[in-house]
Amino acid sequence: MAYAAGVDVGSTQTKAVVIDEHGRIVGRALTMTGANVTQAAEQAFGVALQDGDVREEEVEYVVGTGYGRYKVTFGNTQVTEISCHGRGAVHMFPNTRTVVDMGGQDTKAIRVSPRGEIVDFCMNDKCAAGTGRFLGAASAALEIPLEQLGDTALRGERPVKISTTCTVFAESEVLSWLGKGKRIEDILLGVHQSIAGRSTGLLWRVGIEPELTFTGGVAKNIAMIESLERAAGCKVNVSPESHFMGALGAALFALDHIRASRAPAATRGGTPS
Amino acid sequence: MSDTNQNGIVGRGNREGARLFRQWFDGLGRAADEDRGGAYVFVMGSLGELLGTFDLPLVFPEINSLQTAVRHQAHDYLNEAEDIGYSPDICGYVKADVATQRRAGALPMGRIPKPSLAVLTNACNTYIKWAEIWERMYGMPAYVIDVPASRQDGQTVVRGAPGFERDRRYVAAQLRELIGVLEDVTKKKFDIDRLRESMQHANTMSRGWKRVIELNRSRPSLFNALSDGTIYLGVANGFRGSEEGARYFDQLVEEMEYKRQNGIGTLVDEKFRLVFVGVPCYPIFRRFTELFSEHGGTFVNSTYLWFASGGTNLGFEYDLKDPIESLAEGVLVSVSDAMDSMFFQTRALASIVDDFAVDGVVYHPIKSCRTTSTGLADTRRALMEMRDIPSLFIESDMMDRRVVSEAQLKNRIDAFFEGLQSRRHQAAAGKV
Repeated sequence: MAYAAGVDVGSTQTKAVVIDEHGRIVGRALTMTGANVTQAAEQAFGVALQDGDVREEEVEYVVGTGYGRYKVTFGNTQVTEISCHGRGAVHMFPNTRTVVDMGGQDTKAIRVSPRGEIVDFCMNDKCAAGTGRFLGAASAALEIPLEQLGDTALRGERPVKISTTCTVFAESEVLSWLGKGKRIEDILLGVHQSIAGRSTGLLWRVGIEPELTFTGGVAKNIAMIESLERAAGCKVNVSPESHFMGALGAALFALDHIRASRAPAATRGGTPS
Repeated sequence: MSDTNQNGIVGRGNREGARLFRQWFDGLGRAADEDRGGAYVFVMGSLGELLGTFDLPLVFPEINSLQTAVRHQAHDYLNEAEDIGYSPDICGYVKADVATQRRAGALPMGRIPKPSLAVLTNACNTYIKWAEIWERMYGMPAYVIDVPASRQDGQTVVRGAPGFERDRRYVAAQLRELIGVLEDVTKKKFDIDRLRESMQHANTMSRGWKRVIELNRSRPSLFNALSDGTIYLGVANGFRGSEEGARYFDQLVEEMEYKRQNGIGTLVDEKFRLVFVGVPCYPIFRRFTELFSEHGGTFVNSTYLWFASGGTNLGFEYDLKDPIESLAEGVLVSVSDAMDSMFFQTRALASIVDDFAVDGVVYHPIKSCRTTSTGLADTRRALMEMRDIPSLFIESDMMDRRVVSEAQLKNRIDAFFEGLQSRRHQAAAGKV
């Protein structure tokens, strides 16, 4: 059995996925990126191998993705996370035509072809408003763990209006709402709706074509899913593997390479690199 | 392919451009030292042909400002202007110039003279506010040529169009008034024969500029419209109407013809032919081009070559029998085209996509220039409806390195090329 792997080195977390010849995930890993990017990539890859009970020499091709993709020194090539999220989303939900990926530091709106190729994309620029980091700021200000933010927000009834577009100022705005006596649940619901609104702005720029698939670490947040559906006006697909979608896409590109290298020369395609 | 580069013809345009630039700034430095004032002008309608006949040194504040960014010193100038209250959101060119004036004209390239007058058009509304700053600083006259542009998509300003003759007369009347102002400022009598001579040189330059751009249809392309093109633009503006300028463009055409005949491209392995829309990212000017050339991408054309040359890319040639009337026609036609190149470039881009066998279009809106950036998202959508052409939309700035993130730019550019590559594979496999 030959395996392919993808390692997604993000600004906050590093994700690794090992897949088999049929594109099924057999191992995955999630680690904090930290200051040593190469070490984080190696560690995540090692954990994913252990998780899948796969030996390193059985992995024929590794694709690195994410901001630290060029630091995946053991990888064979690199592909941007924009292409990888698109590819992963279409693999999980074949009718996907639009993808929103919400990560720690950026949010991407991606329109894809039926084959998962990028038709158009748009990202937040120079500002972390509308990204996971915005939730992190709210979590710190309200002293509520990240994983409890979604459930807490869903208990909100009258969401406040978060007007700032700056993640740094968001913390002071959250505190000012607390000072005005607003309920934490309503503040958090407002935070989620603010992020969803900004993400939807990116989506409109590329055009929302159903089905819409939500990927990235923030896709685990139930309140964000609901806020996004409300803002975009359509249902969103969310996979249990959403957090690993970039790494999965990278692994699928790696698998393409393995298949192409075995195919007759005339039919070879290629990794988009 | 010939293995000789006779007389160093390949690359001569860049070398000569650098030499002329140095010569230009040496002249400005001498004028500053001798306390002779300059004519402050802009790239969209400089009227260099006319001003040169009064022996006024030409100062292009836009070019001076962008040079501070190319030389990685813009932040010092921007900070100085912001320290006295200019907002971070104001045009970076204006702020760098304000700081330059406060430094008695000191720039990384040398020193520029104070203005004796400013001549500008309404092509960019910031021009007017900018000239008002100089008026307050120096009390010199600022003369605005009001060019009655259509601001209507698809309506080009050409002889015979409704209202054309009325508009031309309107511009001609302003030019006559300007000549009076120039006579007052310089205490020199207007010499129509010198203007005729200058316009003849300008004709050679416009003809050459149009031809140089056309020649880049060649495959491989002969020059990079962003990196090389900006050098050519500098000469097109700074030496407008001069003998050196005319010689430069004659030689540039010769260089491009030579490269075409010998199959000498700007890249060793040209894979993707691109068009650039907007103003360059000067804080990382060289690196920005590399981010594309590393993937085998090169810019074969650019709207910047059109509007930043004041529309002289059209190749409009003056009728020397009637200089003032013809100069008015040239200003009307060329400056209007420059405005359309910023606001309504969709049709022109569609034709460039076809004629230059373009693989992708790169839109580069910038934070500190609303004039060139505001409508880019709309024109991008419009072009995508007209042509099945991939495009990339990346935002940064022409001056301010605080809003230029190379890592983010690279990520988007890499993804763009992944899409182009994938599209090419699909086309080869007959799936597109």
